[in-house]
Amino acid sequence: MSHTELAKQPRRSLPIGQVVTGAVKGLAPHLLARNPVMAVVAIGTVVCFGLTPIAFSQGENGGFALTIALLLLATVLFATGAESLAESRGKAHAGALRKTKGELKAAKLNADGTTSAVTADSLRKGDRVKVVAGELIPADGDIVEGAASINESAVTGESAPVLREAGTDNSGVSAGTKVLSDQLIIEVSANPGESLLDRMIALVEGASRQKTPSELALSVLLAMLTLVFLIVVVTLVPMAAFVGVETSTVMLVALLVCLIPTTIGGLLPAIGIAGMERAMRANLVAKSGKAVEIAGSIDTLLLDKTGTITLGDRRATEFAPCQQVPRSKVRDSAFLTSLEDPTPEGRSIVALATEQGVDVQLSEEADGASFEAFSAETRLSGVDLTSGRKLRKGAPNAIAEWVKAQGGDIPSDYNQVIERISRDGATPIAVAEDKQILGVVALSDVIKSGIAEKFAELRAMGIKTVMITGDNPITASAIAATAGVDDYIAEATPERKLALIREEQASGRLVAMVGDGTNDAPALAQADLGLAMNSGTQAAREAANMVDLDSDPGKLISAVEIGKQLLVTRGALTTFSLANDVAKYFVILPALFAASFPALGVLDVMNLHSPITAVLAAVLFNALIIPALIPFALRGVSVKAASATVLLRRNLLIYGLGGLLLPFPAIKLFDMLIALFI
Amino acid sequence: MTDMIAIYALVALLSVPLGIYIAHALSAQPNRLDTLFGMIEKPIYRLAGVNSQHAMTWQVYALAILKLHVGLILLAWLVFMCQGLLPLNPDGIPGMPWDTALHTAVSFATNTNQQHYSGQAQLSHLSQTFAIVTLQFLTPATGLAVLVAIARTLLVAKPAKVLNGVGNYYHDLTRTVVRVMLPLAAVVALLLTWQGVPASYQAAHQVEMLDPQVEEVQSIPLGPVASMVAIKQLGTNGGGWYGPNSSVPLENPTPLANVIETASLTLIPIALLIAIALISGRRRLMVGIGAVMIVFSLVSTSVVISSERMPNAALAELSQPGANLEGKELRFGTDLSALWGSWTTQTSNGSVNAMHDSFNPMGGMMLLMDMFVNVTFGGVGVGLIGFFLYLMLAAFVGSLMVGRSPELFGKPLETREMRWISLAILAQPLVILGLSALTVAMPSAAANSNPGFHGLSQVLYEFTSAFANNGSGFEGLGDDTTWWNIACVVALLIGRFLPMLVPLAVAGWLAAKRTAPAGRGTLPMDSPAFMGLTAGVIVIVNLLGFLPALVLGPIAESVVQGF
Repeated sequence: MSHTELAKQPRRSLPIGQVVTGAVKGLAPHLLARNPVMAVVAIGTVVCFGLTPIAFSQGENGGFALTIALLLLATVLFATGAESLAESRGKAHAGALRKTKGELKAAKLNADGTTSAVTADSLRKGDRVKVVAGELIPADGDIVEGAASINESAVTGESAPVLREAGTDNSGVSAGTKVLSDQLIIEVSANPGESLLDRMIALVEGASRQKTPSELALSVLLAMLTLVFLIVVVTLVPMAAFVGVETSTVMLVALLVCLIPTTIGGLLPAIGIAGMERAMRANLVAKSGKAVEIAGSIDTLLLDKTGTITLGDRRATEFAPCQQVPRSKVRDSAFLTSLEDPTPEGRSIVALATEQGVDVQLSEEADGASFEAFSAETRLSGVDLTSGRKLRKGAPNAIAEWVKAQGGDIPSDYNQVIERISRDGATPIAVAEDKQILGVVALSDVIKSGIAEKFAELRAMGIKTVMITGDNPITASAIAATAGVDDYIAEATPERKLALIREEQASGRLVAMVGDGTNDAPALAQADLGLAMNSGTQAAREAANMVDLDSDPGKLISAVEIGKQLLVTRGALTTFSLANDVAKYFVILPALFAASFPALGVLDVMNLHSPITAVLAAVLFNALIIPALIPFALRGVSVKAASATVLLRRNLLIYGLGGLLLPFPAIKLFDMLIALFI
Repeated sequence: MTDMIAIYALVALLSVPLGIYIAHALSAQPNRLDTLFGMIEKPIYRLAGVNSQHAMTWQVYALAILKLHVGLILLAWLVFMCQGLLPLNPDGIPGMPWDTALHTAVSFATNTNQQHYSGQAQLSHLSQTFAIVTLQFLTPATGLAVLVAIARTLLVAKPAKVLNGVGNYYHDLTRTVVRVMLPLAAVVALLLTWQGVPASYQAAHQVEMLDPQVEEVQSIPLGPVASMVAIKQLGTNGGGWYGPNSSVPLENPTPLANVIETASLTLIPIALLIAIALISGRRRLMVGIGAVMIVFSLVSTSVVISSERMPNAALAELSQPGANLEGKELRFGTDLSALWGSWTTQTSNGSVNAMHDSFNPMGGMMLLMDMFVNVTFGGVGVGLIGFFLYLMLAAFVGSLMVGRSPELFGKPLETREMRWISLAILAQPLVILGLSALTVAMPSAAANSNPGFHGLSQVLYEFTSAFANNGSGFEGLGDDTTWWNIACVVALLIGRFLPMLVPLAVAGWLAAKRTAPAGRGTLPMDSPAFMGLTAGVIVIVNLLGFLPALVLGPIAESVVQGF
């Protein structure tokens, strides 16, 4: 999955002008002050510029001071540019969505039932608006009345229309999507500036962005390292004077800038923004940066079977009678109970019955009958015919209870039939008429292709997967075994989900779950990462800390990968940045002192041309490594399915050892090039 | 060579049973030792009026440590200043000046034993045996107590019962002194007495010289030397009875005494690796830590030995210059002096059997680097505590590299923890480099015997030794001045308490947080890769910061001499 897929999105042309403007604007002192590492480089730049005229007037090497000043300025600009680049990429995506929204008109519903035309941005939370077919929905909200098919392609990019209906788990709508049929009354769920889209844009806006927890902690560490090297360089002056060496301020500034972690310091904001942007490109809207980050540390994934592990719909595949009941009777009764059942399962029963030759006239029997819709409490649905016959279908134990309540008996082979169907991984739906259980309909799941490999990857990464299903334990275990999940909860209710989350959390694990219904809201709020479907109810979307615009429960896995990638990128570039210091020491220390003590030349292991070229080469390397690593920062370091041990070893080799070795040849090369011009 | 093998073998053989013993002696579970030592411990608790079962939060624990130490420092300060008026002073030694006394009190209360005075000449028997030796027992015991508190709070994977604190300081301290320090010191003291180290309360012997033209009578100071030498070696203290420490025959009379004293340097710090492995159950982690320490130690010791086998620069022009024997006892030679020198700086001990000031520049630099690292084995308890500090930093970076929010043993490391860990790490360059720079900027303050590179090394060494709570010195420095005394007091206090109490605080904070179970996705803290990362963090954070200063000091001295 994943990132190759995510990256397949069309390439946008880069708004160069915007990036450059952003980079220059980033030089504003109050913005630089947010980043101590770059603030120190900026101060160093000012010092070197200030020293340039003095050096020229005293007949010293003013050109050197000027060049260092320019290189340092470039270093700062590369850093602010990286941030600006990440920001403009993020905004490009969100901005396109926002554009459609600004011009929207809304028909606001007044208390007396009349409507008045207002602009979308005057709507407040709790306002109700009426939207009819052909109109765009003006604001994020929840359908309170009506059902309609909606084209959500403006948000998700998927053009097939989806059904949204009041009072169901699919009652959520987004601003900018188009109602294709019918009409809706929508209750607005966010004030202007607080919609999902607005939050999404805020996450990628450099200036107002909240740092995530681990980014804050890392900033503390980088500030400490910066201070350490500041102390090192400042105290060097009197110590050098004590042994009779005069130190050049420009050289010391160069040493300082090379030692402080400018690479990670410069790229840190860009890495954070790019992480948010990657989530956004996957159509995942995080409500905070923290949500994206925490996704990386998830230990347990609670996955809905339907939509994640199996293709959305189960299909009826068999009518299995109990005892002497004729097969056709099971078929006919199942057909009648499902006539008004709008669920895909219900429709598939009608389809299978029709295919197996049900008498089409039979449906007339249901004229005037009262249908009972499925509810999570009774776990039954059915029909009371005008003839007085009561037909029910539903979960086997619910049907058994219903029949018992009517005074009927359970057929002796009932459990056998159910078990056989369950063992095949199908879901048994029992069908009963009054006191008699007629038989069982087998609803078969279609397991998504490639899902078993996905779970094997997750297991390799140390993530436990738990399948959540309303199925009975036997069916659940058959599907769990085929799909390769670590654990499952059968006959799950929202309460059991909540209980499981608490249990996992009590043992120290971080738990992620997907939900869309109002009754999922408590569990979504309790989970460390709650991913709500955009089609879900307002309550679910509010309780969650991430919303999937595509309403694809399988996205949870992408969320985890994006979170991990964000963290690994930070860790890898921190390691790289620190490891770079070793080589830089070997360049600058001899350059600093070799004039006074030629014997210290033994430290110059790279045999560089001259102190001036050596320092210029080191500072140039230090500046150029930032743009060179921008692709890593924006794309993220790859997190292939691997255990932590393998990841640690690999990243240490690449970024630790690589960071240690790379600067040696690079600086030598720059030194040779610079020597050509001096 | 035989001595060298004997020393290594002795440490290897004794550290394992000692580690097992310490784990039992300090275990929270009731055991047979309780009945034996309870007879001593219970009256102590009653006398001090403490409830040894009362669990303290980390804050209370830390405060108890600070309160006790403030009291001890004030008491010792008073004793040193007033010793002239107090008993047990057969040689009539006068009171110390206030600043030397303060420095001495702080130095011994921080397990440093940096001496700006000369032992036998400036301290009475009362000061030596009561003030100094008391502190020499209490300070390593405090380090060990904090280590055990951290181990049971942070390291134990499944605590036997829910901890509502980190432990009880007085309980940990008393048990460590009574069960570990006293018995062990008694054994070593007896062995040293047998080898001829004085153990007496007599005044100095007046001896007639064989060659009366040099001096008619020589005064040979005596005292209860053996007991002090034992705990000075075992407890990573380092402050000897006599000014020249264990290079004096009275403190270190025979080859066997030298073997015992050298082995005593590393014995407890290494045994603690085993003890903590048993107490915490994290055997693989402690093996990893031990491996990093041993590699650091072997590298350092080899460098120092090979450096001291090189000729002294002043004699290099001779046809057969030989090894560098300046400042060394001929009876030990270069190897045994280099071994002692590298171990005493690795363990934060600071006792010497040769003069570090006279080591060749590379050897001297290695001793400095040992003290910058200071967790190769480190001081009793505090060595491992310091290692944990770097482990925390490595765990932070390592967790990120495996794609998890930073955590240590499954507990989240957040901004608050990182702020304090950073502060503890920042303190070292700030104090050492800051004070060194200040000192050399004021030529009157430095009081160096040498100008130039070696002079800078001396200043750097003095502050490094103070901050690392080592106590050894480049003794060419005229360090008994008000500036040196006060500046070193600052370095001593910060270097002792910040790196010791920050990990305790972090352990206390983390104990209250969730613990993610270790699995394939969590940072493998006992893997070789992670230990490599930790070693890298120690080298980069610690040594790189000091490289410019080292270039101007020992490295410049060395290359200018042509090595």
